[in-house]
This record gives sequence, structure tokens and C-alpha cells, in this order.
Amino acid sequence: MATELLIWLIPLPPVLAFFLIVLFTNKNKALSHSVAISAAFLSWLGSMVVFVRALGVEHLGEHPFESAINWLPTGDTWLKVGVLIDPLSAAVLFFVAWTVLMIFIYSVGYHNYGQPAGDHDHAGLPPHGATVHGHAVPSVEPMYSRFFAFIGLFAFGMYTLVVSDNLLTLFVGWEIMGLCSYLLIGFWFGKPSARNAAVKAFMTTRIGDVFMLLGISFLYYATGTLSYREIFNEETLHVLATVPSGVFGLSAAGLIAILLFIGTIGKSAQFPLHVWLPDAMEGPTPVSAMIHAATMVSAGVYAVIRMFPLLSAGYEGHGLTAAMSVVAFIGAFTAIFAATIAVAQNDIKRVLAYSTISQLGFMIAALGIGAYVAAVFHLITHAFFKALLFLGSGSVIHGMEHGVLHTGNHSVDPQDMFNMGGLRKKMPITFWTFLIGGFALSGFPLVTAGFWSKDEILADAWGHGHMAVFITLAVAAFLTAFYTMRQITLTFLGEARTKEAEHAHETPFTMTVPLMILSVFAIGYGWVGIPEHFPLLGGLVPNWFHEFVGGTLAEHPEAVEFSIIPLATSLFVALGGLFFGWLAYRNVKSVAQDKLQIPLLKNKYYFDEAYDYLFIKPAIWFSEVFVSKWMDKGFIDGILHIFGPATGGLGTFIRDKFDVPVVNRFFGDGSADATYWIGKNLRPIQTGRIQQYLILSLIILVVIGGLLFALLVRSA
Amino acid sequence: MNFPILSIITFLPMVAAVIMLMIPANRKTEVRGVALATATVDLLLSGWVYLQYLLGHLTGYQFVEQYDWLPALGISLKFGVDGMSAPLVLLTGIVMFTGVLISWGEYDEAHHLSAGIQDRPREFFAFLFLLAGGVFGVFVSLDLFMLFFFYEIAVFPMYLLIAIWGWVKTREYAAMKLTLYLFIGSVVSLVGALVMYWTQYQNTGILSFDMIQMESAGFSASFQYIWFLPVFIGFAVLGGMWPFHNWSPDGHVAAPTAVSMFHAGVLMKLGAFAALRVGVMLLPEGAKQWSWLIMAFAGIAVVYGAYIAFVQTDMKYMIGFSSVSHMGLVVLGVSTLNHNGLVGAGVQMFSHGVMTALFFAITGMIYDRSHTRQIPELGGIAKVMPFATIGFIIGGLVSMGMPGFSGFVAEFPIFMGVWGRQWMLAVVASISIIITAAYIMMNIRKVFFSPMPEEIQKHHIGDITMLDKIAIATLCFFMIIIGMFPSVMVPMVERGVENILRLLGGA
Repeated sequence: MATELLIWLIPLPPVLAFFLIVLFTNKNKALSHSVAISAAFLSWLGSMVVFVRALGVEHLGEHPFESAINWLPTGDTWLKVGVLIDPLSAAVLFFVAWTVLMIFIYSVGYHNYGQPAGDHDHAGLPPHGATVHGHAVPSVEPMYSRFFAFIGLFAFGMYTLVVSDNLLTLFVGWEIMGLCSYLLIGFWFGKPSARNAAVKAFMTTRIGDVFMLLGISFLYYATGTLSYREIFNEETLHVLATVPSGVFGLSAAGLIAILLFIGTIGKSAQFPLHVWLPDAMEGPTPVSAMIHAATMVSAGVYAVIRMFPLLSAGYEGHGLTAAMSVVAFIGAFTAIFAATIAVAQNDIKRVLAYSTISQLGFMIAALGIGAYVAAVFHLITHAFFKALLFLGSGSVIHGMEHGVLHTGNHSVDPQDMFNMGGLRKKMPITFWTFLIGGFALSGFPLVTAGFWSKDEILADAWGHGHMAVFITLAVAAFLTAFYTMRQITLTFLGEARTKEAEHAHETPFTMTVPLMILSVFAIGYGWVGIPEHFPLLGGLVPNWFHEFVGGTLAEHPEAVEFSIIPLATSLFVALGGLFFGWLAYRNVKSVAQDKLQIPLLKNKYYFDEAYDYLFIKPAIWFSEVFVSKWMDKGFIDGILHIFGPATGGLGTFIRDKFDVPVVNRFFGDGSADATYWIGKNLRPIQTGRIQQYLILSLIILVVIGGLLFALLVRSA
Repeated sequence: MNFPILSIITFLPMVAAVIMLMIPANRKTEVRGVALATATVDLLLSGWVYLQYLLGHLTGYQFVEQYDWLPALGISLKFGVDGMSAPLVLLTGIVMFTGVLISWGEYDEAHHLSAGIQDRPREFFAFLFLLAGGVFGVFVSLDLFMLFFFYEIAVFPMYLLIAIWGWVKTREYAAMKLTLYLFIGSVVSLVGALVMYWTQYQNTGILSFDMIQMESAGFSASFQYIWFLPVFIGFAVLGGMWPFHNWSPDGHVAAPTAVSMFHAGVLMKLGAFAALRVGVMLLPEGAKQWSWLIMAFAGIAVVYGAYIAFVQTDMKYMIGFSSVSHMGLVVLGVSTLNHNGLVGAGVQMFSHGVMTALFFAITGMIYDRSHTRQIPELGGIAKVMPFATIGFIIGGLVSMGMPGFSGFVAEFPIFMGVWGRQWMLAVVASISIIITAAYIMMNIRKVFFSPMPEEIQKHHIGDITMLDKIAIATLCFFMIIIGMFPSVMVPMVERGVENILRLLGGA
């Protein structure tokens, strides 16, 4: 099959699965998940074929696979939509395909396929378990089929976004994912917290989307096209970089890049729009993995990586552009800010949520300082190990729920790490895979993928002399290793702190196999990007990643020169963080012994509360009181309601003061009265006697004759 | 002379109205049958006109018919459609068809369920069809006098429909408010139109109400500056233009479901369309002079309507104010006077018409079963009315401009057009996208997905009828097909826009 056609087909199976499940197989669980997983498999297969073919093309950056059709007519031309596979999208497609497929398979076990229906389960609430022969066992998710339909749609959104060759279809995929995140975070809509989290996620990302839409409008207005290949040619970029936008002294390119970047801030949960992501944990765990690794947040970073030529238009290798400075600042700040929150969280998924925000900050910061390849590299390794960690945490929760069902004590939170401990013996596969993921996240030297990608970011920051970014990220990396080890220690090491943890149970193979496959990537993917000048290892394996992904840009980025300082730094922060994390938490028995339960951190710097007071309450006041009550009901309707009585008043006035006395009384009644009066007073002379009439006639004749005589003679 | 398809589309509902009045009042089923048959024929005919235009001609005015009516005064019955009006004719057909379906009103003995119109359906459908005929007439008229004639026919039955079949609490207030606003607006426009008629006579010696003729009447610039605002705003009142919008939400709330659908779906389009056709197209210099003011009003309306919709607790008020906001986008698109903005406005008229019709239809279905429209009192509708839930969500996605649905195809060009004129306004107006998403999402969360309150459970709500489902599916079909394949509508609207731009001096 022609590669271009194949690319068109990649996103389709999941959306077909969505419709098939919704319309036909809704009632049959086995059929529904078979349809969904087959679809994910087909997309995976297509992606792998395209990926392999892409590897075989020399200079893929200049000669990508592309094909486009007309979609929206705009005057003389058409807004085209199409597909494009260049090195960047090929690399992204690779990890999306793998993680999506793994998450789909994992979901079968996570939603307790094969278990009986629950005793008291309702659609919209997590399953509570069933009783079989007097034993409590897990029960299957009541909306099992619907779940697979939704994640199918979600995967469709992501694939569309990755293979698209223009900002419009990117935005389409982007919005589909926004919708799916709403549907899936609120999957258990019976829980008020899930409903609120879903709306919060949707609304917060929507704020970013609106700015992105404005950026797209401006870009289209300025260039007349939305296709990457047409925008990112030297001429267009040069024009955009030199034309002032008229806003804050930015160039057109700078303004567009910042507007588009605000979209990423929303989607990838960067400061200050990060608040939705931790709450998004309300969804089922595969959804968290989907949002945090495979799709949504990665899409945000992918979009800003895509826009890098625009972001860096006018960048000469030194002196960051205004847009780049903004990006670098937001990224670095988010990286450290979220890491400090993560150290004080007790919910196993929330720790990971904040670590995601922090790691995304790393990528964004890398991009801000021009470390293009390093950002892509970290995006991909992070997707693998974070998917692994989320699925691992889901496995832990699942194991803990098993314990909860066993003891029957439902007050124990199966997600609180202080209720765990010693799980390594109960859940060995989950433990080892989680350990690999955790070490990759911490950047454990040489072995893990996370080391290589994070090291590259630090090396770039150092090599280009961005000291502030370097130090910030190094501290963030230290905190990362610290909270990761805290999490591992509290969860898996030591002894069980509750009865439930003692009765935890390893999860079924549908869950553990994806974990094992993802751990292969969490280690192995780093080896494709070992810098050439790295001591000992450099040059053993060619730095394929840099060559390949770097080819996306018109100007191939140069690899930064090797320096011992960033390497020493990354070794120190990773190992040091891990060590201190273990040291501090190895003997912690209860939450009271944790010294980092600082209210400021636990409450995430009170951002939710602050936003409530700063934006949500004023917005409601503005709508309710100002616009609705004062303006609309008060002023506009008020004028109307003044006119109403005023018209009535004018009517009354006219009636009372003019109509009744003047028109009615004077003219109307008056003329009638006068006629009557005249008639009445004339009556006495109507006697009927001829003599009197003659006398009267004579008198009148004399009078009129006299008058005529007087008048005529005088005038003559 | 070709087959007079536009005359048939226009007069068929009026003829049907007369026929229905001749059927005995107790023969409700026959009345409904006649209504549905007429609506179906009109839908098919208008669909045929649409497809013919799209696939066949795709240029200028098509299906033109002309009959002399009062030649001495230059009044003739002249019909024709262009790229702007053909989608609106189809829209009217769709709303009429679905409006009849959801008003069918079978009484369900088993569930004590009385949906739709039970009270005097004969008179109801007769008035509704009189209104529909008037609406069709405005969209296809190429004669200014006839445009006014049909305009008044379309407005007048609204009073009766709301005052007789409306919501008991506010119907008299709302019907009167609506009628006064709309008649005052049309009188203002009518004065402008008569002045144009006489000025044309003085300039060219031609006594004619023919609008195509009037395009070249040679109105002086100063004449246009003076008369543009009265003519445009007079019509735009019916388009719900801020600050003359207040009749509209009150009218929506008081009106019975099918009338709300007509009101928001097509009547408001009538205002915007007439403002465009008479105001902008006949007085282009005036439009250029005053576009900043119209743009400011529309920009306010977009955000203002969204803010008010955000705090409403009555579903109908929420949708009513969202219409103010969305119609504000139409006027905003018109006021850009550039290609993108006008195309977006054209598509938005259709998209919004279908979308609000859907919203009102579903709200009516919920109200008939739960006897409340108060959002805080509702809940758990998704379980009992899954089909309606999906419909409402699709409508919501259109409303918030989600790509893949018609709302995006409409709003994206509008924002591009506005950015081209005044980027600050684009930023301000885009606030509405966020607020729209907020109230739609919060409404869906509460009404459809939160647990069902006990008060509502007492009513033992059942699912909607088959006819309701057909209506919902029909409306959703158009929103999705345009969203997925914009080329089924956009090229057509572009032909209309090109004509407008030509009059504006190739801007």
C-alpha cells in the first residue's frame, strides 16, 4: 500500500471502533473490547509500517511523506487538510502507537473483565465488588463497553493530531481530545468530584484553546495558509519575524507563537493553567495514563515543538527571541514549582500527576532555550516511562482494592501511599516495573532512558550558557528523584502498614504484560540517543535520534559539545535525590512522621482557592449582578419599563388634560350642547302662526336691507 | 417561465393553513397529517432548490419568477434565491418539518404523558404555517415591498401563537413585548425603504421596488450615511441585536416549543438576513461608514449574551441568551464587510438555526415530561432519555464551536474576518467561546448526568417518542455533515458573499 494512503488510514480504526461500539456492540463486553483493541492494533501496525518506511528515506526532513485534499473553501483558494510524516511526526507516532495499544490492553484487566457484575454497582460509579460463594470479589465495570468507545475516540484525536500536516486538523484532533478528556475524567459521573474535575479540565484547557484559535486566525490572516510546510519556509518566516504585530512590541511571529503556546499551556498543564491536571486523576487509571503520557499533554508539547520554527524565527543561535524567553521561563518555573508540590502529596496518582507537570516543564524549557532535539527526546522517553508509572500505580491501586475487598473496610483509601508499604513481595511484577519507571523518571544514570534525555536538556542549557534555566532544572531534577524514591519507598519497601496492604494481590496478566513491555522502552529507548562525545559509551551506538529528529528542521541543529559539569550534575541530582528519598522515608510508619506535610505544599500553593476568588467568583458576579441584573434587567429593560408607564402616563395626561376637557367637553359635548341650546331657545318662536312669521320676516328683511344698504352705499 | 418552485414553497404552507382550518376541530389526527405532509413536501422542495443551486448553477440569482402585482407603483411578486438565501430556505424547511414532528402531541394514556400540542392543534398549525409561509417569502423575495409584506406576515402570528399557546406565567407580557419591538423595528425600516423608493424615482425616474434594480439607484453617499442606520437596525432588532434584544429571550421562554424553534431558528435569521439584504446591499456606502458601530454593538452582544446565559437557571432563558450571543456573531461577521466574516455569518445563520431549534426541541421534551425547566431542579435525564442526551451534547458541541461540527465552520471564518478588521475585538469576542463552553458543560453535567432529584422521579419520566427522535436525528445530521464537509455549504455562501463584496466596491 502506498505510504501516503496508509498514513490517511492510521487514525481511522479507533474512530470506527467508537461508532461500532456505540451503535452495535454496546451490550457485549467481549465484543466491545475486541473491537477496540483490534482497532488500536491496526493503527499500531500502520504506524509501525510507516515508521519503518520513514526510516528508509534519506533526508526525510526535506522529502517527507505528504498528501492533502481540499476542505474549507476560502475565497480563491482552499484551506487544505492533509497528512505529513516527517522525522518528528514519525518519532511521535512511534511512541503514541505503542503506549495507546498498551493502555487499551491494560484496560481489560483494570475494568475487571471476566468478573461478575457487582451487587450494588450503578452506571457512573466505580464498581464496588460482588459476592460469590460468600467471598468478596472485584466486579466488572458497569459501563465497560462505553469506556472502550471513549478511549477509541481519544486515540482517534491523537492520531489525527500527529499525522496532520496543518494547524487546522491539529486543532481538530486537539479539540476532540479535549472533549474525550471531559467524557473520560467524568466517566464515573456519579461522583460529584469526577463531574467537577471533568468540567474543570475542559474549561481550563478551553481557555488555552481560545488563545490558540486566535493564534491560528492571526497566522492565517498573516500568511494565508495553515500548512506547516508552507509556513515554515525561510521567506515566510523572515517576513513574520520582521513585521511588527502592534502588540507589546512583538513581531508577528512572536505574537503568533505566544498565542499558540498559550494553547499548549492549557493542554500540557503548564503554570498558570496547571490546575486541572491533578484533578483529572478522578478518571479511571488507564485514562490518566492516556492523558498524561500517550496523548493529551504530549499533544500540547508536540504542538509547541511543531511551532518551533515560528517560535525561533529571528533566532541566531544566541539571544533568545521574546517568544523563546517566555517559553523558557514558563517551562523552567513549572518544572520546579510542580516538583515542590509533588513531594508533599500522599495520593499515589497525584504524585505522578505533579511529576508530569514538572517533566513537561523540562521539555518546554528545553524548547525555550532552543534545545529542539532534547525536547523531543524527553517527550518520547517521558511518554514511555510515565505511561509505565501510571499503569503501575493503577496496578497498585487494583491490588490494594483487592485487599480492601478482603477486609471489607471501605474507609481505607487504596490510593493513599501511607496505607501501603511492603507491596514488593505481594506484587513483584508491578514492583520491578514500577522501579524501572521510577528510576527512569529520576534519571538513574546510564541504564534508564530518562537519564539520557534529561542529561541532554541539562547539557544544552549549560552548553548555551543559560545558567538560570540550568540551575532551576537541576534542582527540579533533584526533587524529582527525591519524591520518586519517596513514593517507591512508601509503596513497595518496608513492611505493610495496613491489613489491606497485607492482602494486596498481583494483578492479572492483561495488566502486567503491558507493564513489562513498557519497561523495555523505559530502559532501551535511551540508547538510541547517546551523545557521540560521551565518555566510553559515546560512539558505540550512533546517535541515531539526533540525526533523525534533527532532520525535521531546515537547519540541522548542532549537537552541543560535551562538558563534564552537566554530566556530574545529573549524576549527582539523580543519585542524591534517590538516596535522600530512601533515607528519609525508609522508617516512616505513618503520615505524622512525614516532615514534608507542609500545608502550603499540600494545598498546592492554594491555587484552586486563589483562582476561585480571582476569576470564578468575579466572573459569576459580573454575569449575575453586573450584566444580568444591572445592565439587562435594570438598565435596558428598565428603560423599556419606563417607556411603558411613560407612554401610559402621556396617554393619561392627554386624556385628562386635553382629550376630556378640550376635545370631548369643548368641541364634542360643547358643540352638541350649543346645538341643543340654540334649538331650545329657538323653540318659543316656532308658534305656527302665519302672522308672527310674516312680522318676523319683515323685521329680518328690514334689518338685512338696512345692513346691505349701509354696506353697499358706504363702499360705493 | 420555469416551474414556479419558490412560489410553491412559499404559498403551500399558507394554502395548507386554510385547508386545515376547514377540517373539523375534533379531527386532530387529520390536521396533524396535513401539517406533516405539507412540511415534508416543503422540506423536500427546499432541499431540491438547495441541491440544484449547489450542484447545478452556483451563481447569481436562480429560480427567478416575476409576476406583476401593482405595476403602476412598480410592485411585483419577484422571487429568486442566491447563495445567501438558499441555505436559509432549506433551514426554514428543516425547522418546519422538525417543528411539526415534535408538536405532534399524541396523548400517552399509559404514562399520562402529554407532549406536544394538545390544545386546538388545528389553529396552532394554521398560524404556525402562516408564519412559515411568511418566512419563506422574506428569504426568496427580490422585491422590497414583498419583503416587507411577508415580513409582517411572519411576525404577526407570533403574537397569537405565544399569547394563546404559550407558558401561562409570562405569555401575555412576552407576546406584547415581542410584537411591539418587532413592529417598531419594521416601521423604522419601512420608512427608510420608502425614502429609498422615492429617491430612486428622483434619481433615475424609475418607480420600482425591485431590489436588484435598486442596487444601481445611485444613492448619494450622504443619503446612505443617514439612512443606513435606521434601515439596518430596524431589521436587526428581529435579529436580536444588542441593545434591542430583550424581546427575544422573553419571547423564547413564553413560546410553545415549536414556536421557540421557529423564533430562534428562523425568525432571528429573518432580521439578520433582511438587514444584510436591504441595509448592507442597498446602502453599501452607509455600511462602510457605520460598520464600526454595528461591530461594537455586535461585539458587546456576543460577550454580553454569553455572560447572561451563564447565570440563567431556566433552560429556555439560557438558550435564549445564548441565541443573543450567537446572533451577535452573525452581525459581527456581517459588520466586518470582508470575505471571511460574511461567509462565516452566512454559515452561522444556518448553523445557529439548526442548533437552537435542536436545543429548544429537547428542552421542550424534557419540560413536557418533568414539568420544569429549572436547571437546579433537573437531573439524571441521561438515563431516561439517552437519545435526547446525545442530541443535546451534539448541539452543545456546535454551540461551543467544536471542530467537526457546523459551529466551527461558521465561527472560525468570523474570527478570522474580525481579526482582519480589529484584532482587539476578536480577543474580546473570543471570551464568549469560553463562557459558552462553561454554561453548556455545566448544564449538561447538571441536567443530564447528575443524580435525578426525587421530585422528578415522581413523574416516572419515559423516553421520547419515535417522532422526536426523527426530529433530533434530522437536526444533528445537518450540523455534522456541514462540520465534516464544509464544501456542501461554504461555496454556495461564497457566491452570495461575492455579490455583496461587488456592491461594496470589491473590498
